[in-house]
Amino acid sequence: MLRYTIKRLISLFISLAVASIVIFAVIEIAPGDPASFMLGMNAQPETLAALRAELGLDVPKVQRYLTWVGGMLSGDFGTSYTYRTPVMDMISDRLWVSLPLALYALVLSTALAFPAGIYAASRRGQAGDIGVMGATQLGVAVPNFWFAMMLVLIFAINLRWFAAGGFVGWDKGLWAGLHALTLPAIALALPQAAILARVMRSSLLDVLGEDFMRTARAKGLTARQALWRHGLRNALIPVLTIIGLQFSFLLAGSIIIEQVFYLPGLGRLVFQSISARDLIVVESVVMLLVFSVITVNFLVDLAYAAVDPRLRSRT
Amino acid sequence: MNLLEITNLSLSIHALKILRDVTLSVAPGEIVAVTGESGSGKSLTALATMQLLPKGAELSGHIMLGDQDLTELTEAQLCEIRGNDVGMVFQEPMTALNPVQTIGAQVAETIRVHHRDVSRQEAEARAAETLARVGLPQDRFPLSRYPHELSGGQRQRVVIAMAIALRPRLLIADEPTTALDVTTQAQILALLKKLAQEDGMGLLMITHDLAVVADMADRIIVMRHGEVVEQGETRSLLQNMRHPYTKMLFEASGHRVSLPEPPPPQPLLEVRNVIRDYRLPRTSLFGHPGHFRAVNDVSFTIQRGERLGLVGESGCGKSTLTRALLGLEQVQGGSITLNGAPVFSGTRPNLDVRRQMQVVFQDPFGSFNPRHRVDRLITEPFHLLHDPPQGADRTRAIDEALTAVGLTHKDASKYIHEFSGGQRQRIAIARALIIRPELILFDEAVSALDVSVRAQILDLLADLCGAYDLTYLFISHDLSVVRTVTDRVLVMKSGEIVEQGQTEDVFERPAHTYTQSLIAAAPVLPQFEQARA
Amino acid sequence: MIRNLIIGGVLSAVFVCAALISFVWTPYDHAALDIANKLKTPNALHLLGTDHFGRDILSMIMVGARTSIAVALVAVGIGMGLGVPLGLWAAARQGTWLDELIMRGNDLVFAFPSLVIAILITAIFGAGAINAIIAIGIFNIPVFARITRGAALSLWRREFILAARVAGKSAARISVEHILPNVTNLLIVQGTIQFSLGILAEAGLSYVGLGAQPPTPSWGRMLADAQTLVSIAPHMALVPGFAIILTVLGLNLMGDGLRDYLDPRLRVARV
Repeated sequence: MLRYTIKRLISLFISLAVASIVIFAVIEIAPGDPASFMLGMNAQPETLAALRAELGLDVPKVQRYLTWVGGMLSGDFGTSYTYRTPVMDMISDRLWVSLPLALYALVLSTALAFPAGIYAASRRGQAGDIGVMGATQLGVAVPNFWFAMMLVLIFAINLRWFAAGGFVGWDKGLWAGLHALTLPAIALALPQAAILARVMRSSLLDVLGEDFMRTARAKGLTARQALWRHGLRNALIPVLTIIGLQFSFLLAGSIIIEQVFYLPGLGRLVFQSISARDLIVVESVVMLLVFSVITVNFLVDLAYAAVDPRLRSRT
Repeated sequence: MNLLEITNLSLSIHALKILRDVTLSVAPGEIVAVTGESGSGKSLTALATMQLLPKGAELSGHIMLGDQDLTELTEAQLCEIRGNDVGMVFQEPMTALNPVQTIGAQVAETIRVHHRDVSRQEAEARAAETLARVGLPQDRFPLSRYPHELSGGQRQRVVIAMAIALRPRLLIADEPTTALDVTTQAQILALLKKLAQEDGMGLLMITHDLAVVADMADRIIVMRHGEVVEQGETRSLLQNMRHPYTKMLFEASGHRVSLPEPPPPQPLLEVRNVIRDYRLPRTSLFGHPGHFRAVNDVSFTIQRGERLGLVGESGCGKSTLTRALLGLEQVQGGSITLNGAPVFSGTRPNLDVRRQMQVVFQDPFGSFNPRHRVDRLITEPFHLLHDPPQGADRTRAIDEALTAVGLTHKDASKYIHEFSGGQRQRIAIARALIIRPELILFDEAVSALDVSVRAQILDLLADLCGAYDLTYLFISHDLSVVRTVTDRVLVMKSGEIVEQGQTEDVFERPAHTYTQSLIAAAPVLPQFEQARA
Repeated sequence: MIRNLIIGGVLSAVFVCAALISFVWTPYDHAALDIANKLKTPNALHLLGTDHFGRDILSMIMVGARTSIAVALVAVGIGMGLGVPLGLWAAARQGTWLDELIMRGNDLVFAFPSLVIAILITAIFGAGAINAIIAIGIFNIPVFARITRGAALSLWRREFILAARVAGKSAARISVEHILPNVTNLLIVQGTIQFSLGILAEAGLSYVGLGAQPPTPSWGRMLADAQTLVSIAPHMALVPGFAIILTVLGLNLMGDGLRDYLDPRLRVARV
């Protein structure tokens, strides 16, 4: 298990290193100089040079990359070109909206998908299965931001159960914060729950066809007992992969959903920064998103090993 | 009174008739074998007895276990009986166990599911006892082992332990040794027999191999196409076979062919001190990767016109050796030459040599691209020729190859799924013959076939030896087959050739202890004096 | 499940036809403003109503279908065109550093969801349909590489591949001649799924302004326009929403139907 963890950990660091190089390189090839963009067309060459020095744009690329990475490791993401405030401060406030939203949605999606998938698999071919599968087929097809608009129309504008947008902040208490994130989380979670339920069902059906399920029945287990005791844990392996992938979709999706609900999250920050050509902010937010995705996939790898003893001993 | 009494059992699945009027019985302590070829319905008879049939199955008739008719019980009552009164052992030990649960938990589950008042500790203690009974003592096989840490034979013992943990009255074993090597097979059969005797348990054995059950079963039931064609007490049935199918099955199981005399020796393929290593995954993070020596210092010669056998159990290195001979993999030491030319020159296979060698594989279903027609499939080796036949020459070559293996030119335009397993093996032989190679490798080429089909393919092989002066290497785990179709034989164990010699000599007077144990373990059909009809 | 195939095929065909017809005919000019008739609900003159500038929504949907389908189709093309050869190559060199490199590269791209790629590209080159195509297309590459490699690996273990090797054929030739034809079914099915995901992704990108720019109509931007008016003119949000849902649903049903139809095991069961 230790060897497996170390191996995955090494692979995690390599992925992060390569991702940071890719992001840095892509931003580097961006046409236009942030300094001249900030000062406008008529800037004096001296002021331009001074600003470039201040922003650290005048040193060689490799050195700039190393400064950027070194800064990130110590929690310093640099200074925003536009607002002249530390990027770290701008991001951290907004992270407290985007990250809880993605996690909330992940919990909702899993909580919906597991029972639905298990229910459908255990009633294969019957009315219940066909009903759940039809619903998931529809759920997969619904764009989450459109669904969000419909939720606002029904639950915020007509029924007035929730606010139509905005975020009260966590200092108003956990409950108030969760309440404000509920509609966005549902909008994000439902299409993903539909996908996850389908994967859960088909994975369970695959496992139900395995020889060891027949062995379990031959021991005297009922179909239900066999499903819960032997089927579920084996079916979980492909499901975990999808949960890992979904986290990255949810995080990215939250950027769009934030637009619908006017949430002050990373999404809003990114779009403001793009229009202001505040590339250092874009760079940092993208790196942060990629960092979360890679870390979650690392955790999924560890979860595999917890579920499957073959992985623990093989490597 | 009989323990199990099946009367007039008929079964259809989605309107497809599977079983017709099957009647059989098992008495307490009796070993009854059901035998037949694929499609005979023997396995579904077993599953019907467990009432574990696939969806869409319709059943009529009675299955009496003691005084209960299993066809009339509710699912809840059946769950009480399964594992408690009737246990079952399956064919594939590699997949019959839950890979993510310990063997202890899986054996203990049989106990806990039927006796809810038994504590976890007590169930585990009983599981340990049962595992010891099937030959897996706690000091070497603790309850905390996972299935992937055990060999096939050991896994089958765990499956048996799960089935007998509650000392059922009846044990059903569906091809319990088919997936195992002969020496392991003998041990598992002995274990099943011992358990049946000790517990006075009825044993219903399903097998395709008559020889496996001939010296073990009290009674034999022969099935074909979902019907019982003959049944009786083992000795009298074998002495006095009435049904032509039983006779055919018996003849085919011990089928012998006669080969033409080989020509005087003249070396064709020479294998000298061949070594094949595989890299193992590193055992420590920075340590050197280890090596696994799959073939260790192997030397032998195949003479022109000779039929050489290679026997050994799974994992002995015979498949690796086959790939090395074909030049598909590079060897780490030694040399392989055909007519003096190396099969592997530098880092690439030597095509000049390869066009003189062809191969026939085991799996009649996986050996062909399902999207190509037979003419394209069997002419694939033409790729090796500088100047492959075109047009009418090509058609003639295809016709000739198909005719040689007992098919017709009409078969050339068909797809592979239109053929049975035996016909596919014929096509595989046609593909090997079409470029008239000097040497053909048969890699378990008849192992996946039913005995009657196998007998036909062996006959074909003997005919081809006469017509084409074939030279071949026949690789198999099946000793009886190797004995009849080879002149000389090599015995391989753990990557080494432990014995070689004239086939009859080796089988009659095996010198190496391993060869002796192989031959002793191989099931043979008893030769009874046939009663006159 | 031939039913799925038919329903899905018909739904998808409706939108493809709408897109094709829009090249020669639409009920109104999709860009023509008609403020007098703004925010009309569906009626005899405007079958799907008008938007806040009085533009005919049906015409916009038809022309928008063009954008959606073009973006998704080209993105699938990029994904297949690069992903399939990479997957075949990785499988042919299984276990070597090349396989490892291709697969780790895939993992890396998976760490950048298409929206993040779009953000990066937009940050540099600005927003537009072409950049949306690239963003979605890049994300499709590892999807196709992965499923091609997975299917190819199991084929490489089959004996007919060994037979082809014994016949002296090179790995490249075997990949094209034996592996590719046997993974086509899988690729067709995955292709329809990625196509539908592409439509969803394009809608999302144009909704946040990273996709097709005005005046090119797109379903996502129609929804963005509808957002502030959703309480007074719900049809402006409902119509493009249903267009997306029905197209995606149709493609998914078609993919499911194709999978069942092309699966030889199921075909045997049907007969």
